[in-house]
Amino acid sequence: MSIATESAGETRTMNMIQAINSALDVAMGRDDATVVLGEDVGFFGGVFKATEGLQKKYGKTRVFDTPISENGIIGVAVGMATYGLRPIPEIQFADYIYPGLDQLVSEAARLRYRSAGEFTAPITVRTPFGGGIFGGQTHSQSPEALFAHVSGLKTVIPSNPYDAKGLLIAAIEDNDPVIFFEPKRIYNGPFDGHYDRPVSPWSRFAESAVPDGYYTVPLGKAKLVREGDDVTILAYGTMVHVARGVIDETGIDAELIDLRTLVPLDVETIVASVRKTGRCVVVHEATRTGGFGAELSALVQEHCFHSLEAPVERVTGWDTPYPHSLEWAYFPGPVRLTEALKRVMQD
Amino acid sequence: MTGRNLPPLSLHIPEPDFRPGDEVDYSDFEMPVAGAVARPATETAPAAIRDMSYVMIRVLDDEGRAQGMWDPRLAPETLLKMLRSMALTRAFDDRLYRAQRQGKTSFYMKCTGEEATSVAAAHALAYDDMCFPSYRQQGLLIARDWPIVDMINQIYSNRADRLKGRQLPIMYSAREANFFSISGNLTTQYPQAVGWAMASASRGDTRIAAAWCGEGSTAEGDFHSAMTFAAVYRAPVILNVINNQWAISSFSGFAGAEATTFAARAIGYGIAGLRVDGNDALAVYAATQWAADRARNNHGPTLIEHFTYRAEGHSTSDDPTKYRSADEGVKWPLGDPIARLKKHVIGLGIWDEERHAAMDKELAEMVRAAQKEAEKNGILADGLKQSFDSMFEDVFEVMPDHLRDQQKQMLEERRAAGI
Ligand SMILES: Cc1ncc(C[n+]2csc(CCOP(=O)(O)OP(=O)(O)O)c2C)c(N)n1
Ligand SMILES: [Mg+2]
Repeated sequence: MSIATESAGETRTMNMIQAINSALDVAMGRDDATVVLGEDVGFFGGVFKATEGLQKKYGKTRVFDTPISENGIIGVAVGMATYGLRPIPEIQFADYIYPGLDQLVSEAARLRYRSAGEFTAPITVRTPFGGGIFGGQTHSQSPEALFAHVSGLKTVIPSNPYDAKGLLIAAIEDNDPVIFFEPKRIYNGPFDGHYDRPVSPWSRFAESAVPDGYYTVPLGKAKLVREGDDVTILAYGTMVHVARGVIDETGIDAELIDLRTLVPLDVETIVASVRKTGRCVVVHEATRTGGFGAELSALVQEHCFHSLEAPVERVTGWDTPYPHSLEWAYFPGPVRLTEALKRVMQD
Repeated sequence: MTGRNLPPLSLHIPEPDFRPGDEVDYSDFEMPVAGAVARPATETAPAAIRDMSYVMIRVLDDEGRAQGMWDPRLAPETLLKMLRSMALTRAFDDRLYRAQRQGKTSFYMKCTGEEATSVAAAHALAYDDMCFPSYRQQGLLIARDWPIVDMINQIYSNRADRLKGRQLPIMYSAREANFFSISGNLTTQYPQAVGWAMASASRGDTRIAAAWCGEGSTAEGDFHSAMTFAAVYRAPVILNVINNQWAISSFSGFAGAEATTFAARAIGYGIAGLRVDGNDALAVYAATQWAADRARNNHGPTLIEHFTYRAEGHSTSDDPTKYRSADEGVKWPLGDPIARLKKHVIGLGIWDEERHAAMDKELAEMVRAAQKEAEKNGILADGLKQSFDSMFEDVFEVMPDHLRDQQKQMLEERRAAGI
């Protein structure tokens, strides 16, 4: 692999799909050990078009369709990685990753440890996740907590095109297995939770300015989206935009942190913020019980107990499967977040 | 070290014969002769009929005549009922597909060209046999005379939806019709069907189970677990593979079809395997009947590959012109299942073009009326049709406290939002 001193190149306007596609393109161009595999990712370019054009450019042995077997996809990715390749499997929807769980949890995540570093599995599993598209319970789930719970697996969730590209390249270059969740609700434009309003395309937002070439956004570093004094909001993925919308609407002087990586987690940034604001609301779309919010809440309590002026609140999806028609009553939208902020800010 | 003097290895990646824009040439497709395949006794051991996995059972010939030992010799009423159910399935698909396009619901999936694989199978099973379908077996419900208005209510997630708006459109569940709740996760129904059949056998019941999955779905581990369990316990189950050549954009070669048939998957497990012309309703009926007899008489499971073609896109979210040649469907050598059965019954003198046209009109009108009826209960696009409370029901039999708290919080939230 040639670590070129190339520049990030010219900046173009990209939505999230284009940014992810560009990340794959850049990674594949720099390192011929990278391979993209998954259901419908080859000729068709993926059901969300994230791999469009890559097979044509890099050939069928580097970008190829697979049998419909998530277990097989992740299993062969591990095998290819142990040979020395750098596979980037796509799981068509996060809801369909479960057949591949054993290969990811028992194998990819533990290979380095159990072989004392003799074998490793530098794979990056990309998968669209989250709801808000009327996909019903099998096209809407947010299972990130299951993966964050597994030692040996890094969990990354971008919230905008610029980060998506930089984080994905960093994930691919990382020598450990990474699961890369793509919030599909915001592929085409950020979503503030107001489902009855038209969505603005990414082109209207600064984060759609994405360099053509190589750059990375380091794993394990959160992003301070907005500085504020009164309360800290911890969010990732689609919920970053819901939180930003609520801040704009309510005028609450909240500090908004986009975690970007759940494992490893940027505890430092979180702690500094909560120590400053004294209040914290944690937001995710996933179900509540055992969700990543519980981990965040515990960490904040451990590190910031003496600064806290109110209990940490969690704003989450309900502990039910993701319903089809009641999607918007399930989704932790602006009302749920506003109510929680009001409670936290009360005293 | 061996291999030093060999040319370098190369990785094989399957590629379909035709892509968008290609003119399709099926001239090397060898059309199996209708009536040519012998029908073994239903108690025959799987090892004695391995060749059945590589031939194709066809009953209807080009002239629409029934040929050979597999002709199920059905009564005129049965033939006409099958024809009607297939035509209704198609009319239903056409109308509900359009409803999605009109924005009335979020999603729809057609089974155009594959109607025989579920309708004829349903007719060959007993009504109380348990069906474990995939998402493309609406023909089972229609053949079992399930009210189409109920199906449309589900598609609209409206007030009358028996599934309370929880499921993606077409993911039906109809226990009274012995039709299992459809999962969006591929092939999970396969081991479940085997388990149901094992339970039926262990209880000395007479009912059998049948499952359906697409050829693409045979790659899932669940397919193979199901086959192993079915073989080990000689479960009274029929495992149907609908080989419609495509799995979204992936042709059947990505499920292993370059090397062998899907029916031949049965051989390694020691299960009886049949391969049928899935566009030939009589062949589908006959194969299902054979497998059902076999299962009901304790001779164990059968895997049936139905060779057919997905005439339309995968779903309303798909555009097949992006990955396959439109010419493929046009020239599909095994024809259209409805046209072929129609030709057969006309040849028998029990049907004619006028009656067929009248039936099509009647069915289109019937679907239209059912749609209107369902729309009285609302459509998805009108907004939230279910009671908010219902979202928390059925997670468990008895609602635990944490869900009760969340339910309360949700209702307060609605009030705060003025909804
Ligand atoms: C476990 C799982 N993986 C992936 C998907 C996404 N998916 C839905 S349908 C489909 C193709 C299935 O093709 P096939 O089995 O041939 O059935 P057909 O659609 O042709 O009826 C895929 C990949 C899924 N629903 N579940
Ligand atoms: Mg198929």
